Amino acid sequence: MNMSGAQILQVRGLKKYFRVISGLIPRLSGEIKAVDGVSLAIGEGEVLGLVGESGCGKSTLGKTIMRLEEPTSGEIIFNGVDVVKLKKKDLQALRGKLQIVFQDPDSSLDPRMTVGGSIEEALIVHGVKDPAERNDRVAGLMEKVGLEAGFVDRYPHEFSGGQKQRIGIARALAMDPQLIIADEPVSALDVSVQAQILNLMMDIKDRDGLAYMFVSHDLSVVKYISDRVAVMYLGKIVELADKREFFQNPMHPYTEALLSAIASLRPASKERILLKGDVPSPLNPPAGCRFHTRCHRVMAICPQSEPEFREVAPGHNVACHLYA
Amino acid sequence: MTADTVLEVKNLKTWFYTRRGIVKAVNGVDFTLKRGECLCLVGESGCGKTVTALSILRLFDSPPGRIVEGEVIYEGMDLASCTIQRLRQIRGKDIAMVFQNAQSALNPVFTIGDQIVEQINAHGQVSGADAIAKACRLLEEMKISQPERALKMYPHQMSGGMKQRAMIAMSLSCDPCILIADEPTTAVDVTIRAQIMHILQELKANRDMSIIFITHDLSLVREIGDRAAVVYGGKVVEVDTVEHILESPAHPYTIGLMRCLPDISTDSKRLPSIPGNTPNPIDMPAGCSFHPRCQEVMEICRSKDPMLMNIAGVHAVACHLFSDAGGKN
Repeated sequence: MNMSGAQILQVRGLKKYFRVISGLIPRLSGEIKAVDGVSLAIGEGEVLGLVGESGCGKSTLGKTIMRLEEPTSGEIIFNGVDVVKLKKKDLQALRGKLQIVFQDPDSSLDPRMTVGGSIEEALIVHGVKDPAERNDRVAGLMEKVGLEAGFVDRYPHEFSGGQKQRIGIARALAMDPQLIIADEPVSALDVSVQAQILNLMMDIKDRDGLAYMFVSHDLSVVKYISDRVAVMYLGKIVELADKREFFQNPMHPYTEALLSAIASLRPASKERILLKGDVPSPLNPPAGCRFHTRCHRVMAICPQSEPEFREVAPGHNVACHLYA
Repeated sequence: MTADTVLEVKNLKTWFYTRRGIVKAVNGVDFTLKRGECLCLVGESGCGKTVTALSILRLFDSPPGRIVEGEVIYEGMDLASCTIQRLRQIRGKDIAMVFQNAQSALNPVFTIGDQIVEQINAHGQVSGADAIAKACRLLEEMKISQPERALKMYPHQMSGGMKQRAMIAMSLSCDPCILIADEPTTAVDVTIRAQIMHILQELKANRDMSIIFITHDLSLVREIGDRAAVVYGGKVVEVDTVEHILESPAHPYTIGLMRCLPDISTDSKRLPSIPGNTPNPIDMPAGCSFHPRCQEVMEICRSKDPMLMNIAGVHAVACHLFSDAGGKN
């Protein structure tokens, strides 16, 4: 969807390795390849869902795009600007338009600051000097996320989890961003509240025309909110397609397994695919295709060569030897 | 109490006396557990489902917690009031528990084998070799590859899924007749969750054991449950067979909860949601605890708390819409 529209974010060959230093005499003992060559693009007003299990690198990818983590290599083009090459002081301007909402609303708000103060801080940082204007904008932001403007003087502990997440969203919206990276924004919430926050995020998107990169481990949530869906496994994107195509015609065996692992209120129609074992350590990922150790369709070639990430149907990219 | 009932919880109230007030975590829970059945306790965080489970074996911290009212009848004995010595003989042997977070439930300084053998020895005279052999068999039943090797591992050497399976193995070590599983799949990924659900389904089929499965996820209920009890505000608000409750829920909360779950098999444009937040257990709303969020609230709901009443077969609901006083029926 929206592929013809202008692309707001382009990521090419992005890598983020963490050095592991261990031993009595500290020395470099290895590298965790948290993000290992990711390329993707997000169009204006588009929602890209990014799915994967814990440890697959999806949160690191989000943080690296924000440059909250320094990338090891690769390109991040946001609005025509290469984020990787920006100097620290120029990042400030960028981050007004590129924002992040974190998973845990509890730890992302300062407990000793009123929520109004927390939202206002974003405006101060971005140079809104007039206090009266700041107050107006804080009140407007609170209303936008469905909170009474009268709550500005309250502290985070006076709010429920869902309300705190609304405050996190209000703060991200402070400088009218074009792209919000939402890192598991509803996983810490109860289902009845989760629906409220998802609807709120959809409403804001429709009204303000901003784009989301929506990171989640929950495919049913991603299906609800996304235009396109990407699946990550051990630092790499293994499948990327339009939502409809993705759910109707999943190609990668890992995607198949993920989809079949989802419990549904309706009776299951197909035999469930049970994956063997756990996700291997990213410190020492398997050779060849990283998924071959758990794959139910593994072939002789899989442990030997790494499949290329290529387009096998219009707008449908897969990294798997089955489709080579 | 009928012959095939193994556990009966009657009007159970577990309150916590804190500085900020009395937290009425469990506030009048009723249910029965039948032989060989899997009963699911479903509810959101803070509804009292975990404290209900802990109360069965009195595993909560006391003080501040106290069972202020109610009975937990197991084999003709009230576990809520029996001596702690008697209860210790039942914990782990007759009624075993699997906790949500295997990481913190396992002891980090003992091997998995030691921890399983410890539990086997605590409840019977078994020789060392027999106990180890049994521990090994249990890990095998949990589909842990190379069980002999796993016995010698410390918890930190295992992955999250393995730890959870090791803990299930441990809970089965004395062949309990009731297994309480408190959100056993919440802390693990979807593919691991599928593995653990598969193991639990096998246990249910192969062992003569009743299971209380606690979850916040209604979609897991279909996979394992025979009956489901929906918990809200420290009370059971609806009980029915799993098929029936998922097909035609009656309580407005159950209806809302099912509607707001994004379902992979449908294409929805907008998710229905339940307005408001879950109630604060220190300051429960008067009357029906769900009334501030209820779409069908009536005058009586604000003042009078509805009783859990049978409306058809095993289907019971606590809602004035179905009581004589409120009167839909």
